[in-house]
Amino acid sequence: MNYITLLNNQTIGIAAIPEIPYDTFFEINTGFITHHPERHCVNYFGYKIGDAIKLICCIADDNAHQIYVSACVVKRETPLLALTSKLLCFEKFEREIHENFGVNFIHHPWLKPLRYAFNRFDTSQTIANYPFYSIKSEELHEVGVGPIHAGVIEPGHFRFICNGEQILHLEIQLGYQHRGMEQLFLDKKELLQRATLAENIAGDTVAGHATAFASLWESLCHFHPTRDLDFARTVAQELERIAIHTGDLSALCADIAYQLGASVFGRLRTPIVNFMQEWGGNRLSKGLIRPGYNPFPFTPALAARLLAVFDAFEPDFNEMCKQMFKLPSATSRFERTGVVSYDDVLSINAVGMAARSSGLHRDIRLSHPYCLYPELKHEPVIKRHGDVYSRVQVRKEEIKQSIEYVRKLIATLPHPQPSPSPLQQPQTDVFTITLVEAWRGEICHCAITDAHGELLIYKIKDPSFHNWMVLAMAVRNNEISDFPVSNKSFNLSYAGHDL
Amino acid sequence: MFDNLKILYHQGKQFIPNVRTAQVPGIFRGRPLISLQTVDEAALTSLCPMRAITANPVAIDLGKCTFCGACAQQFPDKISFTTDYKIATNQRESLIITAGDDTPLQLNPQAMRPEIRSLFRSSLKLRQVSAGGDNSGEWELNAANNVQFDISRFGIEFVASPRHADGIVITGPIANNMAEALQICYDAVPHPKIIVLVGTDAISGGLFADSPAVNRSFLQNNTVDLYIPGNPAHPLTFINGVLSLIGA
Ligand code: SF4
Repeated sequence: MNYITLLNNQTIGIAAIPEIPYDTFFEINTGFITHHPERHCVNYFGYKIGDAIKLICCIADDNAHQIYVSACVVKRETPLLALTSKLLCFEKFEREIHENFGVNFIHHPWLKPLRYAFNRFDTSQTIANYPFYSIKSEELHEVGVGPIHAGVIEPGHFRFICNGEQILHLEIQLGYQHRGMEQLFLDKKELLQRATLAENIAGDTVAGHATAFASLWESLCHFHPTRDLDFARTVAQELERIAIHTGDLSALCADIAYQLGASVFGRLRTPIVNFMQEWGGNRLSKGLIRPGYNPFPFTPALAARLLAVFDAFEPDFNEMCKQMFKLPSATSRFERTGVVSYDDVLSINAVGMAARSSGLHRDIRLSHPYCLYPELKHEPVIKRHGDVYSRVQVRKEEIKQSIEYVRKLIATLPHPQPSPSPLQQPQTDVFTITLVEAWRGEICHCAITDAHGELLIYKIKDPSFHNWMVLAMAVRNNEISDFPVSNKSFNLSYAGHDL
Repeated sequence: MFDNLKILYHQGKQFIPNVRTAQVPGIFRGRPLISLQTVDEAALTSLCPMRAITANPVAIDLGKCTFCGACAQQFPDKISFTTDYKIATNQRESLIITAGDDTPLQLNPQAMRPEIRSLFRSSLKLRQVSAGGDNSGEWELNAANNVQFDISRFGIEFVASPRHADGIVITGPIANNMAEALQICYDAVPHPKIIVLVGTDAISGGLFADSPAVNRSFLQNNTVDLYIPGNPAHPLTFINGVLSLIGA
């Protein structure tokens, strides 16, 4: 066999992943995906073994609910034919491997720096000298925005090439938020430190990343979460989805100067995050999810409170949505703005709500279910037009769906189970992969341990890793004044990309 | 028109009338109380993932603490968290809460530049810079200006251009890749100007303090006027902190 087949959250011996020559590695991994929209690359990364670099590629199959993992050991000096030369979806992954290890990929269309990681191979390249595309033209002009933007948001640089008011091309340059996260996972040896790091990967996706870390760690340690652990994590993820989608609807309204929508959706986020505080003491779920135990059990009193919160939330939310969707001055700013085609999201490897808004069926809750999602029989919300309007619709419908799921879940509260035996040490010489569908989309964490059970590598992929390119495609041929609303309809993570 | 009025009516009264006395719901972890009980201090200090607890006497540094609550869960008789969200201060050492301490945190007017209160009391414009911030602090700073917390009622506002600002508000541990942009932004703010650090990562660097990807030299070269702890800082912590600084 050229690869091994895994399930979500499965741990196997690292030696069980077949190491194959690069040309076979190229053939099988591009072969998996070509003409198979139900398959996509969830992670592809390298790590050093002595002087060599070991590449590991993980392709998820949504229909078979499996992940195909293969490996290949290469030398830094030997140039490799880029997987990107055949399929664009490997573009970011290969840039990362190139940046970190200096491996050259032949026929890669743009082997540019990705995030200027502190431990990059070529430190002579600095963030101030990013090689932007530029154009020599009398008619066209360039617009540079950032790294610091107008609002209270994270930093990144957008370089537009415009024809008058029309955007012809957008290049997004990131890396400003790089904190050395993956290295810190290795350096900070205590479990609570690592759980805290996971919560800080993207502070707007705390439940998502903390669940990914906890699930991965428990799998590494042969620990099977009890029902109340899975329950708390499922509820937390859905509440995070509701809170962020509601807040983003507010920001979208602000970007089109619709004050009523901005105020009402903005204030509707508060009861949800305040409930998180009632439950775990923090409005953004920090401290709530820990591997191996549940620090804040979900009590019947909390369930009653949450039902009351939903009962008050729903009529106001529905009324506001109804009003917004029948307001021509709002919908005309959303419709046909920031369109991305199905073909584009497919070739970019888009994930999550960005993919689903352009008709691509991709939702880990259904395809690689975890926590209590198998019971919920999740049906992804899919839209077809790929415009801002579709993404607004997806957010609205996902909020309603999440409320329904949480109502269903809390109808039968699990009995808090006594803390099972403490976590064992991680297994030695193993590989684990975890997939989670956070509010933006798929999160993938991978870990490899050494002969002592210490982490050898911790690899994190946030949904924004793929989806920034979707934004760049979405704004082509739009008026530059529509950029903010397109951008907000995705609301991508800078920290999650830059790690 | 009538639909809009109906929606407005249905929201009821959302704004918090008094941001200084408002109660926060639930088990919010604000200012900690440390009892004088004798405990295994080595076990207590080593359980804290942030190394925020020191021994003899037991003290918690709110500039390092993420308010995760682990210490209070394992040593409930030694450490508890009150819902007091007014934990901002203008002196770094005031963020250290020692066993037996039950006095609300305050700003020290002596340590404050006099022009801050005379110039900014009724109008303060701030430029926010996220420098490796994880976007939780940024969400809460935005919430500080929603219809409930409504910080702009005090003349405090976030502005787009540093040229229009009276100071900068930093979130995040200051990523190396952001260090230059932060300096340029700060230089562009006209004098006199203030620096506010919001959140554990900004105040102490948090778990990122010794990461080679972080560069905190900006803080060595400049004076910080206000420390606002939290992970992220609660909107009420931010609002009260800034209000006490400008003396409003
Ligand atoms: S609450 Fe603060 S002091 Fe206590 S364990 Fe967590 S980080 Fe440490």
